[in-house]
Amino acid sequence: MSDQPSTGTATFERVADIIADTADIPREKITPESHAIDDLGIDSLAFLDIAFAVDKAFGIKLPLERWTQEVNEGKVPAEEYFVLKNLCARIDALVAEKAAKV
Amino acid sequence: MRLEYFEMIDSVVSLDRAAGRIEALAQVPMESPVFEGHFPGHPLVPGVLLTETMAQASGYLVLAHLNFAQMPFLMAVDKARFRSFVGPGATLSVTASLEHDGSGYAVTKAAIRHDGKLLADAELRFRTMPFPDGLDALMRARTAKIGLVMDGDPAEAPAGEPA
Repeated sequence: MSDQPSTGTATFERVADIIADTADIPREKITPESHAIDDLGIDSLAFLDIAFAVDKAFGIKLPLERWTQEVNEGKVPAEEYFVLKNLCARIDALVAEKAAKV
Repeated sequence: MRLEYFEMIDSVVSLDRAAGRIEALAQVPMESPVFEGHFPGHPLVPGVLLTETMAQASGYLVLAHLNFAQMPFLMAVDKARFRSFVGPGATLSVTASLEHDGSGYAVTKAAIRHDGKLLADAELRFRTMPFPDGLDALMRARTAKIGLVMDGDPAEAPAGEPA
């Protein structure tokens, strides 16, 4: 078992494809180090479009309200959720959590 | 329907919270200032108002699903289709189903029919967030007026029975 972030994983590839399709961003600009907002310019509406596509693709429910609250309250830096390698690691964790419940 | 007041839904026919589905009625008025401009001598309900009608049916469904904990605000309209003209006096059946309950957002599919014929349909997305001050009570009053009451819901009771 690795504690490495989801750099170059299948999860990142799927998420990058979703972002490229949903937000009309050239696929080659999207890297694991990209910050969805600061680097890719994704606004809140587009991010909800991406969240919907991610929810459907992975069968999960990204806890966007909790994340937003934590960032707004300064409890968690935005990078923890919006840098793609970190986002993908959280998606992997949510998928694993869901699988463990079945 | 009171088109000029954006009160599009007249009554809720059925609500199935478990299945995430609502059916409502909307009676197009015979006269409205809207028809004076859209179009002179050829009155038609504008497509944007049909979209609003689907959004309101969806919004009531999301309100019920969230048990009035949050307010849905329309944020995206996808795949909207207006398949036939809608004129004065038409009785519209408006349906909506909850396609996805996300964190801070919800997605519905909605449709409008007349005599069983599909007139319009769309996929709608809503941002869900805390009620602005005072809107909670207003929405509860409005939903009660159209027959969508959360406690002892008359929309889920058999026809003719008291709530």
